[in-house]
Amino acid sequence: MSQQASATVMGGAKRPGLAVMDLFRRHPTMMLGGAILLVMVLGALLAPWMFTVDPIKFNPINRLKVPSETFWFGTDMYGRDVYSRAVYGTRISLAVGVAVAILSVVIGLAIGLVSGYMRTLDHIIMRVMDGLMAIPAILLAVALVSLSGASIVTVVIAITIPEVPRVVRLVRSVVLSVREEPYVEAAVAAGTPLPLILIRHVLPNTVPPLIVQATYICASAMITEAILSFLGAGTPPEIPSWGNMMAEGRTFFQLAPWIIFFPGVALALIVLAVNVLGDGLRDTLDPRIAKRV
Amino acid sequence: MTASNGPSIEPVLRIDGLTVALPGNADRKNAVQDVSFDVKPQEILCVVGESGSGKSVTAYTVMGLLPKRQLTPTAGRLLLQGEDLLKATPARMRELRGSRMSMIFQEPMTALNPVMRVGDQIEEVLKVHSTMSPQERSERVLGILRDVHMPDPASIRNAYPHQLSGGQRQRVMIAMALVMEPALLVADEPTTALDVTTQAQILRLMKDLQRDHNTGVLFITHDFGVVAEIADRVVVMQNGLVVETGDARKVLRNPQHPYTRMLISSVPSMTPRARRPDPTSATVLKTHNLEMVYGGKSFFQKSRIVRAAHEVNIDVKRGETLGIVGESGSGKSTVARCIVRLIEPTGGNIYLDDADIAHLPTSSLRRHRKRVQIVFQDPYRSLNPRRSVGDSIAEGPMNFGLSKAKAWDRAKDLMTLVGLDPRAVDRYPYQFSGGQRQRICIARALAMEPELLIADEAVSALDVSVQAQVLELLDDVRKKFDLAMLFITHDLRVAAQVCDRVAVMHKGEVVEYGTATEVFAAPRHAYTRSLFDAAPGKDWEFGKFEAA
Repeated sequence: MSQQASATVMGGAKRPGLAVMDLFRRHPTMMLGGAILLVMVLGALLAPWMFTVDPIKFNPINRLKVPSETFWFGTDMYGRDVYSRAVYGTRISLAVGVAVAILSVVIGLAIGLVSGYMRTLDHIIMRVMDGLMAIPAILLAVALVSLSGASIVTVVIAITIPEVPRVVRLVRSVVLSVREEPYVEAAVAAGTPLPLILIRHVLPNTVPPLIVQATYICASAMITEAILSFLGAGTPPEIPSWGNMMAEGRTFFQLAPWIIFFPGVALALIVLAVNVLGDGLRDTLDPRIAKRV
Repeated sequence: MTASNGPSIEPVLRIDGLTVALPGNADRKNAVQDVSFDVKPQEILCVVGESGSGKSVTAYTVMGLLPKRQLTPTAGRLLLQGEDLLKATPARMRELRGSRMSMIFQEPMTALNPVMRVGDQIEEVLKVHSTMSPQERSERVLGILRDVHMPDPASIRNAYPHQLSGGQRQRVMIAMALVMEPALLVADEPTTALDVTTQAQILRLMKDLQRDHNTGVLFITHDFGVVAEIADRVVVMQNGLVVETGDARKVLRNPQHPYTRMLISSVPSMTPRARRPDPTSATVLKTHNLEMVYGGKSFFQKSRIVRAAHEVNIDVKRGETLGIVGESGSGKSTVARCIVRLIEPTGGNIYLDDADIAHLPTSSLRRHRKRVQIVFQDPYRSLNPRRSVGDSIAEGPMNFGLSKAKAWDRAKDLMTLVGLDPRAVDRYPYQFSGGQRQRICIARALAMEPELLIADEAVSALDVSVQAQVLELLDDVRKKFDLAMLFITHDLRVAAQVCDRVAVMHKGEVVEYGTATEVFAAPRHAYTRSLFDAAPGKDWEFGKFEAA
């Protein structure tokens, strides 16, 4: 046996993912997005202590007040504090965004793995997914709400259904390329059962693109939720959400633009933050795409 | 165009003390350091070296094609017919490229524009660099296509790259490179991606054209067979330094530098080792009319059938190595994948001892899995990058009920056996070199205690010196465990060294089957003969030198 190749193994290059600080230094926009998101998440969680008042309490004396020291974002036509409502509204947006992202990733991952590995089922699954993709989220939501009444759960389900096929396609494409890798074939030759092959060798490859996809789904779900609420097909009107606020403020737009302006800005800001974070994650998790774009 | 006005011939290209710096985080300071050599007119200068030797960086520096901001020349001069290329403006470099120097690349498919007819691509060079009329250009394109021996140039010029074979594409590349009669042609591994018979044609073509067109050629290669075939002079590079320069014959016959001696000694000989297959040992694998047909099931399109393997009958005995030799598309890997049952053959039988595993369903196949193991070609894709090498080696035994502790002990023993540090079991694949990874793959295969080991081009991606070591390891383990080995390769030299018997495959069929000594000494089938004739440097016996 040759001696030359023995013993010396290349030195301890650092494992990816450890140097978080270094990563933030190289991606300042991602850090900014993350910071904005963090502030908004904390604000939503700590809403009662964020100098807010009861967001649903009517206060007829202070109707349509201009933003001031007492009412930072002004008040609406029922005298409710727009600032407090906007802060509490963050909860709805975040809850819907995160719930949709998690649900569609989990469901899409399961279906995608099956679809990528079982050729016969694949044809059927993919045609069903094509069908689902053709359903517009908004129409589906309007239909579901009219069937079962407005609730956040309905909204989440309505937004999740059209997102699932996108995840399925992503996972399926990763599975199809990974299953051809020699190390997967070596595992097959070593008698590793299919479920273990999926968990050990295939699943880890789907995680980086899924994390990125999840951020985009989260952002688009927040927008869709706002649209639905604006149309009156989303979050019930008694719960403060940005879409509801904008819908109610619409009639007073010329008189009291702040009612629409502040929730609008909040929505734009949070979607921007999530998207920037997603772009940054994409660039760090898959440098090849970063170079291509 | 040759500027030979002095008494001694002026070189086309003079490289003088060239140094190219690597980015700060690299494992060495310079990609190439203080490199000096000349390319004379009408000469083929081969730059030989293993991966990372800096041979391609040198070529790209000459052409001014280095990736910007990553690699920068920091010292030296590059004189193309007396003009310093390192001082030339980008505009001047554009003028020179294509007219006075040109380049051909390894992969002709990616080097050609896939959506442009090849005739137009050649004509584009003329449009940029000459004042010819459209009529003249058209004639010149036809002429150069004829020069590179294209069949039917008039129709080839209207073809798109994907409609041509690999060899034809490389001919188009050469036509493009030579159409302006450049003084210097830089060729970066131009035949590495081609099959051996095509490679022989392209090498002959380059040699003829270079003589007729008075071109100096800077030829980058890792293959000493190619060097023996075409080089006038050789430059040997190692780790960015030139270690030896000289006349090709002299360097091949009498290398001075220890590295060159080691490289040339590592080139496997075309003469098979006389070995004694023991006729009494048991047959481990036997295929009977193995058949693999792809396609034919399509509902909408006219069915197209590809016969990847047809009536393949081979057998391997315990302790012997059977080689399957063939060019790309010959079906040799298909046969291997059928035997490992990564795919199910469409016909025939595969006997392991007496059990026919050709059509077993997955569930009953499982007990046979451990008896056949495979080592793949690409060391960078053969190991899961997210799992430690110990996990990879122990995976198989644990599937068959070995406890984790015992499986890891076995992994450590096997690491020692394949010549690696057993303490490295908890490291990850990226911490190992290509050759080391291939050793790990061998350890993973051995962990299953197989009866049959299949090596599917297992040394093809490795540098020649590493290749020699891995071949030695494979031979060691075959002896030690009395394994039957199926060795799949396109490289006749490697086949000659490791195989007791050889099956030559062509278009899915075994055209010749016999002991290595017989087949190499007296090939009977016409295809085998053409294959052997095409082997680069076949007339050259590479010496074995003591490392000084």
